[in-house]
This record gives sequence, C-alpha cells and structure tokens, in this order.
Amino acid sequence: MNLTLSLTHWLLVLTMPVALVGVINRTKSWWVGRKGPRLMQSAYDLVRLLGKRPVLSHTASPLFRAGAYVVLVCGVLAASMSPILGRYAPLQFDHDFIVVAYTLGFARIALMLCAMDVGSSFEGMGAAREASFSAYAEPALFLLIGSACAATGMTSFAALIGALHDTPHYALIVAPLTVALLILLQAEAARVPVDDPLTHLELTMIHEVMILDHSGPELAAMQFSAALKMSLYAGLIAALINPFSPTDDPLACALASLGLMLAVALVVGCIESLSARLPMRWVTRYLSIASAAALFAMVVIGLGGSGL
Amino acid sequence: MNAPLLSCQVSELEHSALPEFAAACAQRLDAGERLLTLFGRRDENDSGAIVVTAVFQPAGGSLTVLRASALAGEHYPALTASHPSAQIYERELWEQTGLTPDGHPWLKPVRFEGERQQRMADYPFFQVRGQEVHEVGVGPIHAGVIEPGHFRFMCLGEKVHHLEIQLGYQHRGAEALLLRRPPLTLAASVESVCGDSAVAYAWGYCSAVEALSDTAITFETEVLRGIALEMERIAMHLATLNGLATDIAFVQGTGTYGRLRTAMINASQRVCGNRFGRGWLRPGRARGITEALRQDLIKTLAATATDVAGINDLMRAALSVKARFNGTGVVSRKTAQDLGLTGLVARASNVAVDARGLLPGRLYAQRPIDSLTEATGDCWARMVLRMREIDVSIAWLLAILSEGWRPDAMASCCTTSCRTRRSPTGSDWRWRCATTRSQISRSATRASTSPTAATTSNAQPLQIHLGAQSPGLAVHSRSGCGDPGRLSR
Repeated sequence: MNLTLSLTHWLLVLTMPVALVGVINRTKSWWVGRKGPRLMQSAYDLVRLLGKRPVLSHTASPLFRAGAYVVLVCGVLAASMSPILGRYAPLQFDHDFIVVAYTLGFARIALMLCAMDVGSSFEGMGAAREASFSAYAEPALFLLIGSACAATGMTSFAALIGALHDTPHYALIVAPLTVALLILLQAEAARVPVDDPLTHLELTMIHEVMILDHSGPELAAMQFSAALKMSLYAGLIAALINPFSPTDDPLACALASLGLMLAVALVVGCIESLSARLPMRWVTRYLSIASAAALFAMVVIGLGGSGL
Repeated sequence: MNAPLLSCQVSELEHSALPEFAAACAQRLDAGERLLTLFGRRDENDSGAIVVTAVFQPAGGSLTVLRASALAGEHYPALTASHPSAQIYERELWEQTGLTPDGHPWLKPVRFEGERQQRMADYPFFQVRGQEVHEVGVGPIHAGVIEPGHFRFMCLGEKVHHLEIQLGYQHRGAEALLLRRPPLTLAASVESVCGDSAVAYAWGYCSAVEALSDTAITFETEVLRGIALEMERIAMHLATLNGLATDIAFVQGTGTYGRLRTAMINASQRVCGNRFGRGWLRPGRARGITEALRQDLIKTLAATATDVAGINDLMRAALSVKARFNGTGVVSRKTAQDLGLTGLVARASNVAVDARGLLPGRLYAQRPIDSLTEATGDCWARMVLRMREIDVSIAWLLAILSEGWRPDAMASCCTTSCRTRRSPTGSDWRWRCATTRSQISRSATRASTSPTAATTSNAQPLQIHLGAQSPGLAVHSRSGCGDPGRLSR
C-alpha cells in the first residue's frame, strides 16, 4: 500500500513540474489567441539543456556549479516531505514542516550565493530582491502551518494537512489558506504578478536574473527546481482541497490531486494573462495578503477553540 | 511643386564671428525659438576655417539660418549652460571640429568617430559615490530589440538615482557614406538610417532632391507618400505598445499588438515589396496603389481599427497597467521644452510639436491631420497618445483611400513607378537631375542626411527640406531613447 502511494507521489513530483509549466503556457497562449507550445515543451527544453556543455564565467568558483545541484537536491528533499496526496508523504517525522521550510530556505541561499558568485551587479540585485521578498513570504508560510497545527493538533506536515479536513473550521479556513498558498506559489515560483518568467529587463528581474549565468545541465537543474517548487505549492493547495483520503481511496485521491494541481496551473495562467506585473514596491503588500489570509485562518481557529 | 521650407543662396548668408554667432543663437533661444540643428564642417575653400550653421524654427514663422566662420580651436560661451536643448549639438560640434563651448556642463563625446572609436570604454560616466551605491551597467548588447547603447544606472537599493546612456556604438558614418555616392542613388542608404522611420527618412531625402533639381511631383505622389508615412506611424506605434505591454508582462497586449503590427507591415510589403516601406518612395515618384491594393488596404485598416479598439480598451481598463504607468517617468512640460524634446514624447508632455501641423507641406495643408497632445507627461500619457494617434492615422488613411481617390491619376503613377523600377537610370527625370548634378551633389546629400541640415559650401544653394514629418522632428522610437518611461529597466 505504502509502496503504491510512494510511487504515485514520486510520479506526480517528477511529472508535474513539466505539466504545470505546460498548462500555464497553454493557458496564456489561449488568452492571447495563440496556439501555444506543446504541453511537454519544457521537458524537451530540459533534455536539450542536459546535452549541452555549460559555459562558465571566468570569475565563477566551484560553488557556482555545485549550487545548482544543491538547489535541485533540496527541492527533491522538500518534495519527499510535502503531502501532495493529503495525509501521506514518503518521509514523515515530527515537526518535519520546519525541515521542509528550511530545506527550501537552504536552496534559496544556494541560489543566491550562485547568483552573487559571478560578481554581476544584476544578479546581486536579483539576489537582494529574492532575500527581501522571501522574508515577507516566510511569515505567511509559518502562520499557515501554525494554524493547521493549532486546528488539528498534529505534528507532522502530512498529518496536519490531511487532518485538516476533519476539523470543525475546515469550511471557514480552506479559502484563506488556499489564497495564502496561491500567493506563496506566485512568489516562490517567480510568476506574475510578483516576477515575470519571460522578462528580458535585467534591472527588474528576480529569479531569471539569478540564473542568468547558468547554462547546460546546471540551467536545467535550476529550471526544474523552480518548476518543482511550484508543483509543491500546487500540490499543497490540491491536498488542502482534495476530499479523498490517500489511505482509504488511493486512486480517486491521486486523480483528484492531479486534477486539482492542473486546475491550480490554470488559475495561475489566467492570473498571468489578465494582469500585468506589480510595481516592485507593491510586491511586499501583495505578499502580506498571504500573511493576512493565514492569520485570519489562525484567528478563526483560535476563536473556535475558545468556544466562540 | 512641393516647395522647400527654406531656400536661399549660401553665398548670401552672412557669416559672423563665433562669439557673435553664439550670442545671436542665445537671443533666438531666449525668444522661445526652437533649435532644429547646429553643426559645423570644415570650409572647403579655406582649410583652416570651420563653418558653423544653426537652424531655428520660430513659433508660427518660417525657418531661419545663422552662420558663422570660426578658426580651428576657437572657444565660445556655451549655449547649453542656459539652454539645455543645445547640449547634444554642442557636444557633436566639439567632437567633430574642436570648437570648444566654454561652460558646457556635460562635454562628453557623442559619436566616437575615427580613432576615438577605440576609446569608447574610457567614457567619463557620471558617478554617484557612497558605500551603498551600486553601479549597474547594461549593454551595449541588449536582450530585446533595443539598439546598441550602454546604460549606466546608479542605484541606491531599488531606487535608480541616475541613468546615463552612452551612444555611438551604431555610428556607421552614414553621412560620410552618402557623400561618396551620386545623389540619386542614395535612397536605399537613407532608408536604412533608422529602421523604424524608413519612410520618413526617404520622404525627407526625396523632397530635398526634388527641390534641388526643381522637379515637380504630382499631388497623387504626395498622397501616396502620406499613406506610406501614416502606415509606418501606425506600425511603429503598435510595435511600441507591444513593447510597453511586454515590459510589464501584460500578456494580452503583447500578443495582440504584435499581431496587429505584423498585419500593418505586411500590408506595406504588399504595396512596395518591403515590410518597412523601403522602396516605396523614390525621388520624383512613389510606388502606386492599384484598385485591388486599395481595397486590400481599406480592409486591413478597418480590421486593424476594430482590433486596436478592443485591445486598447482592455489595456486602458486594466488596473495593473494603470498601476505601472500612471505617474511613471514623468517628463514635465518645462523639462520637455528645456531639453527640446520632439515628436510623441514632447506631445505627451503637452508640447504641441508636430511637423505635420507646424510645417505641413502641400499634403497636410490640404488634408490636415489632428495633432494630439496629452497633459500629464508620464508613461501612461505616452501610451494613450500612441493609441489616439493610431486612431487618427487610421481615420485619415481610410478617408484618403475611400474619398480622395482618383483611380486614373494613381494608376498612371503606378505604371511610371513600375517602369522606372526596372531601369532606375533611364528616366527623363533622372537625366534632368544629372545635368545639374555637379552643382547639387553636396547639398543634396547634406540635406538628405539630416533633413534640417544645410550645405557646407558657400557657392551652392542652401536647401532645407522637411518632409511633412521629418525624421529630425519625429521621435517614435523602439530604441527606448524616445520614451523616457521605458528606460526604467
């Protein structure tokens, strides 16, 4: 049983990054009236990049090359603890959500170090923005996990997300938590309105500028990790909404999770198609919506606990 | 005959000494006249002397020329100190002739000609000092379709305190190239001076050559040129709107404006064989439009008008677009006037500079086109102005194409152009020009290189010819230089 779930989990984790990027791009193309790239285009791009010899800056240290793989490994490690299917993750232990958060944090540090390693002023600016925006994103994540913790009394990430469905306040808190996760996804995965994955304006880029000097397999690792991070957040949203339990009804659960993640990609694509990128100074306000939503959920749970 | 805007014998122009010349220029600038150009060239008759020419446009009056003779190495009080609009001309004058404007606050090279080209890296950038100030250099090779130029940003955190752009990377010596060839063979070179104003430049060149050789052109030819020019304007405005949408990640705008621009430039290709209108205008003629093509253009323009209206509404209604453009990159009316800004950028800052209205020529005098302005001078104003100008140009074109249509005249025009295209050296018209070639060669090339320029040699007639929309006055730029709002990268 666990083996099947585990296989399903890893299958989703490995395929979803490609599929979600494909769905987002297709959605955007549809809004513009274009045909759009193939759904699996990003997979072809990754294969193409893997076959290339990386070009390295003269000023790059070994850290620069290693960093890309650190980011990738951290992403996969976080994926192993993230409950995409609901009450299940291949790796579970008490308070593992802190490990998930800081594994992703470590990946971010590696990414920023890589960016600064080549000594380009753009990449330094990108790293500075990444650092400051993630500082705004982190409270939202912990308020979110904290409210789930408070509601369920569980201690592992998978258990507390899974048990949320059975709490009395589920109907009230699911919407704000979904909003918070969606905004976190946009911030962490460098999507519009926080960042623009297609931009060519070096002075306003965030994620794209940090990987400007990467090429070949390292660029593939960076791109896959970014898409993986997006899938993790999409997976968390799916788990939050998914009505099926992975242990009782694994097939329905996996299919629902798959459908919900694709739906999240659709929503992200629609937002990207209909709105322009935010001015840089507004991004922090936008991120604080996520914190506010998560805080709202926590207050609801707190009031509920005190019998109001 | 499309009369030149200014025509006089160069020998009749009075040459003053350089300091008096500078004083006279300052006086005109004080009176509110616009400085169209200021340049210097070596005197052909006297190797040591330099002839300096300035052209002014008073409000509502005709152009005037001031001339000076200067000795190499001479100094004069800089105009820039009190009139910033002269800054780039004085820098060029200093770089090319060595005449030094004393008190110029920003005396740096512009074009890096000859030997200087090797020293582009030594450009003295303005620096902001401070521990937390960081300097960001972008270019000269850019990721988009921006023309070469090195941008140096002085940033303190996310705030850009200073931006300086070093140009000259694309200095190809176009003027010198034009002087080396016969004046009637220059059309292709002139059209490639600036990619987004090929028609505007070609018109300036054609008018100059026609005026110098006393060639009359039919009104229909001018109508055809006007059609070419307004189609170019629409296409380039669409390209810029596409750029604006791309830069703020407004996907719908990006896709739709890009598609519409393609439709416009493809229509231009159907008329003249080139998407950027190259080959449409030639001295003495313009590529004609057959009845089928006319219907085709009307259809394309009508379809464009519908789609443009739709996407314009979407873009203007989007709050996220407003948030990005409202109050961004504000150029106040005073700044625009001080800097002598021209074209769309000036009009967006409420300075009504439009060569089609101020110096209309025969076509725009008979078929006037609305000159629009916006009040706020920000990026939003520039966006809205482009949208409105597209609407006006489409309406003008549709009116011309449907009402003012005289098929016989157009048809004859078309056959002429077809015949002479095959044998560009065989027409009567060319022969007439050729008889006076030795006389006009210098002036023709000079006038065509820079439509507001004049000749260097004293013995030759001075002709200044502005096409209805002179490139020298028009800024519809994809390069970013024309639109300060788009420099905030």
